[in-house]
Amino acid sequence: MKSRYAREKRDISENIYSAHNRALIHLAGKDNRIVSCYADFPSGEVGEVFPKQFPDRIIDVGIAEGHLITSAAGLSDAGFIPFTHCHTLFALGRGYNQIRHNVAYDNRNVKIVLCNSGVIWGGMGPSHLAIEDLAALRAIPNLVILSPSDPVSSEKATFAAADYIGPVILRLPFVGAVYPTLYTENLEFEIGKSICLHDGNDVAILATGILVSDALEVSEELEKEGIQARVLDIHTIKPLDEEVVLLAAKETGAIVTVEDANIIGGLGGAVAELISEKYPVPLKRVGVKDQFGESGTSEEIKKCYELTPPFIKQAVQEVMRLKRT
Amino acid sequence: MSKEGLVRELQTKAKKLRRESLFVMKEMGSGWLGGSFSSADFITALFFYRMKHDPKNPQWSARDRLIISKGHACEVFYAALAEAGYVPKEELKTYSHLRSRLQTHVDCRTPGIDCSGGSLGLGLSFAVGAAIGAYILPSEKNLSASSRREQARFRVYCILGDGECNEGQVWEAAANASHYKLDNLTAIVDSNKFQSTGSVQVKMDMISLTEKFKAFGWEAKEIDGNNMKEVVDTLDWVLTVEDKPQAIIAHTIKGKGFPSLENTNCHFVKITEELLKKGLEALRG
Repeated sequence: MKSRYAREKRDISENIYSAHNRALIHLAGKDNRIVSCYADFPSGEVGEVFPKQFPDRIIDVGIAEGHLITSAAGLSDAGFIPFTHCHTLFALGRGYNQIRHNVAYDNRNVKIVLCNSGVIWGGMGPSHLAIEDLAALRAIPNLVILSPSDPVSSEKATFAAADYIGPVILRLPFVGAVYPTLYTENLEFEIGKSICLHDGNDVAILATGILVSDALEVSEELEKEGIQARVLDIHTIKPLDEEVVLLAAKETGAIVTVEDANIIGGLGGAVAELISEKYPVPLKRVGVKDQFGESGTSEEIKKCYELTPPFIKQAVQEVMRLKRT
Repeated sequence: MSKEGLVRELQTKAKKLRRESLFVMKEMGSGWLGGSFSSADFITALFFYRMKHDPKNPQWSARDRLIISKGHACEVFYAALAEAGYVPKEELKTYSHLRSRLQTHVDCRTPGIDCSGGSLGLGLSFAVGAAIGAYILPSEKNLSASSRREQARFRVYCILGDGECNEGQVWEAAANASHYKLDNLTAIVDSNKFQSTGSVQVKMDMISLTEKFKAFGWEAKEIDGNNMKEVVDTLDWVLTVEDKPQAIIAHTIKGKGFPSLENTNCHFVKITEELLKKGLEALRG
């Protein structure tokens, strides 16, 4: 059933990173264990409030992402709840062993904020574009992976991450861009519980991150053509909301997944693993097709990597043709 | 107790822990003998003299931390944990067994261990994070204002291998430690001159670790890490250093205390009945 928190008009009001920072500042004002850590990464316009209000609890370790993650585990040992911030690719690439060993294995209460995630942000080119984060991190036990889709869910995901005792990955898009707001302010965000943004039984579109908005746009277009698409915001990649995904498979009989990461091992991979074992239905995966990222404007990249609404719509049409009658 | 008395007592204890660690190694049939024995003296001095800790309350928030970054030197440390009362002595017999808390590298599931080891080069970063945390007051003051540079709540000690210092992250941590003026942090490098497959000098000559730590803004001292008096004196000295982390480059002998293995690359040794007997004879109380 469609969530009562779906906003009627999806205006562009706040940056997702700002919403996270606003939440972090709010948390820090209530809980003296919250620490914000950076590896020479901008705290954003709103984030600049943090060092002014809580100068003890902001730590920048310089360009040393591996050290960032391990030292955050040390801060957790000292009783704090650190949120680390750096580029997704460098948290993952320079900090994989550290995330796995110091955070996940040692079950540290560390929150790793993956900034500038996904392939769409082209400003810095392939060296800065992680396509494999979801695949790599999903395979590490004891990690909660959150991937909010708009400013409201970003704020709520930050609160949920702080409340959860244990390691959390919080995946955020390009910190400098603004994306549509999908939810009303009173959104109730629960780890592992996906949100239905558009109801329908003809096909299900399971999306995560900033492409949820595009999936929603597609569902509205399809509606005009008489096709009712169910749109689920899979804001928690792990643990996957298996019950709701399987219900979508049963009730719609066809699934499209949408993400700005590699379809190998990402959301598409996770859904494929689940439904192929428990309720096989036709599946199409919209996402990065095992390619590296590249420089370009976001619009150019989205088109080039076949992530725009027309490509999502095409995937829907294809998967519906494969449906068992 | 006089210093001489203290040193004698710690020497006896170090010998006992070496002896007991042989039985721990025997459980797996092999053991990290070289590194366990080279580090046994300062592990003993830290645990039974310098550090503020409470085996009855392993999670005491103000406890001093000991991070065994060279996580393979675990058998002697497990013997120390049992001696102090963190784990029952009986449990030492479960070392390396399936589901045991005593894994083949130090593991934070064991009471008294804060950071799992095994992946080299990480421990000093963990120690830096903990040492920064010791300077942040977990009080209401923190909710709106600065309170830095008050008394650190605890000290952090980190034991590294000399071979381990090949790892780049050690130096990220070293730079960060002096940047944050972490005078509550002491790194002890067990400089036993061998790494897994050979001499540290041949594998990758780090030239002078002392000069490197100094260049990174640390106070650094070289000592004989198997001389208990020097170890104790140096662990007294670290408390006197202000605004700088301290590095102790402890020159040690790999396999110290096991004469036929000393100064050989006895990194991971098969523990036969014969070897055990020989070791126990050499380490007779």
